[in-house]
Amino acid sequence: MSAVSAGPAAGPAPAAARIRARRARWYRQPTLMAGLVLLAIILFMCYGAPLLTSFNPDTQNLLEPLVGIGQQGHLLGTDQEGRDTWARLLYGGQVDLRVAGLAVLFPFVLGIIVGSLAGYFGGWVDAIIMRIVDIVVAFPFFVLVIALVFVLGTGEKSIYIAITAVGWVSYARITRGEITVAKRQEYVLAAQSGGLSSVRIITRHLLPNVITQSIVYAMSDIVQDILAIVTLSYLGLGIQPPTADWGSMISDGQNFLTTEWWLTTIPGLAVVITGVALSLIGDGLADLLRPGAS
Amino acid sequence: MSGALQLEVSDLHVQIGGDHGAVRPIDGVSFEIEPGEAVGLVGESGSGKSMTLKSILGLLPPDAKVTSGSVVFDGIDLTNLSQSRLNKVRGRRIGMIFQEPMSALNPVMRVGSQIAEGPRVHLGMSRAQSIERAMDLMRRVGIPEPERRFRAFPHEFSGGMRQRVMIAMALSCDPELILCDEPTTALDVTIQDQILRLLAQLCHESGTSLMFVTHDLPVVAQVCHKVAVMYAGRIVERGTVEEVFTRPMHPYTLGLLRSAPDVDRPGQSLEPIPGLPPNMASPPSGCRFHPRCQFAEDDCKVSDPPLRLLDGDRATACLHYERCLDQIGTES
Repeated sequence: MSAVSAGPAAGPAPAAARIRARRARWYRQPTLMAGLVLLAIILFMCYGAPLLTSFNPDTQNLLEPLVGIGQQGHLLGTDQEGRDTWARLLYGGQVDLRVAGLAVLFPFVLGIIVGSLAGYFGGWVDAIIMRIVDIVVAFPFFVLVIALVFVLGTGEKSIYIAITAVGWVSYARITRGEITVAKRQEYVLAAQSGGLSSVRIITRHLLPNVITQSIVYAMSDIVQDILAIVTLSYLGLGIQPPTADWGSMISDGQNFLTTEWWLTTIPGLAVVITGVALSLIGDGLADLLRPGAS
Repeated sequence: MSGALQLEVSDLHVQIGGDHGAVRPIDGVSFEIEPGEAVGLVGESGSGKSMTLKSILGLLPPDAKVTSGSVVFDGIDLTNLSQSRLNKVRGRRIGMIFQEPMSALNPVMRVGSQIAEGPRVHLGMSRAQSIERAMDLMRRVGIPEPERRFRAFPHEFSGGMRQRVMIAMALSCDPELILCDEPTTALDVTIQDQILRLLAQLCHESGTSLMFVTHDLPVVAQVCHKVAVMYAGRIVERGTVEEVFTRPMHPYTLGLLRSAPDVDRPGQSLEPIPGLPPNMASPPSGCRFHPRCQFAEDDCKVSDPPLRLLDGDRATACLHYERCLDQIGTES
């Protein structure tokens, strides 16, 4: 891991050397590195919350409402019910990150399965699936998610269902496009001549070749999902009180915006910083995995 | 070696496209392979030889289909087999080797896993057994240090080594027949020779039949017992390699032999076949070779000659094949 492997070779390097060089240099990608460090800090703060605060995020103390920053032992003060804002920020982050992580996983898996089938089999399977995709894509993301959660009722489960129902289409489109191209490669013909089943060809041979695009997209998708979860909570459709969550913190704090501005601003900043961290990872990965990247 | 044929292709027709503007790249091809035999299929690019090979295993592109004829392998007609039953023949009983090993190997899968996959799927081997077998196969096809090479990716191999991996994959389930689609065209001559020797030796040891598609006549001479010459979607001549190469009975075969250099006759100028292969959308009337044929008569333009069986395994589709023999006779 020294400077020996770092110098770019003159002229077109052979594929093998290029891949080796790319592997050795992933940590030199400043965008990716910045994003990963930022995300690591955020994850540590949220999941290490018991180490960083001794307050319970849900314990009310009606004797100490709306305490200012740094006063009476409260790092970021308290809200209108006397709950410690710093504790709520950290524990609320746990909830938002967990829900966002799962909310990106379900559409990722569903979209890739459906997209693979459409891309590999083509014909009427492809036609039907892609028309369904077109219908879902025709609706704006937030409108459809909010409408679905409204119909399904509030709560974490509805968030997963709504985001999956709307979010899978992007993964399906990406995977379908990539597989439509990749299935014409000779190694697929070779796999068919070896008597492998379609399922095996898709999962063992095609997906490892095409899944990177979906992974890169998932990084930007998770940003959108965090925003959606926060928005839903802000509207009272998401994480239910008393569980802390950045969206409901923003919503609760807005009544005191003129006097205790930090109650809304700080969770808002938390959303922004998390979004920036994930976007940086997404951009860095895209640069790293883009074919021909030097 | 007597008795049942390993593979019998009879009167195979393949059509590409719909009823309007349909092209028939394979138009009535018949041949047979006996157990343990190596058969070559030669012809120019576009003569339908690769297509014939692909249609045996049902690997035709989506817009092409077998319209009539049969491909009987060990008593089973492969042309109307369901996908799942076909998959029990593919790779298990018939192996296939492709022209360009770089693109025929999965770039993101370790070569060892690619070799071990067949035995795992078809022979029901455990992971450990299949790895053991893959190492064994790598040793048999002459890949040094299989323990280390097992975990390598295809891009880390040279062209010849990649083709050895392909051969190991084709052999992995002890098939009864191996189909080769120009397996040495992408390799340089010295490697070509090594690969051909290896292939011939392995098939001889295990009694595997071989079907060898190529445009390279010396390659056929090195590996095969019998040869079929294809032109414009049809077989125009058939016979043992020695017979066909020394006494060609079709002017096209004669032309192919004349256009290849011969080490035994240095200094002799090459005679290319004049003209181009016909457009398969509208093949010429009568004998399809007549526009390029030096012996063509009026009857060649009218009647479409079938492949006529002569003595033994010999067959020709030329109405005036004696003239080829006369030509050879006057020269020597």
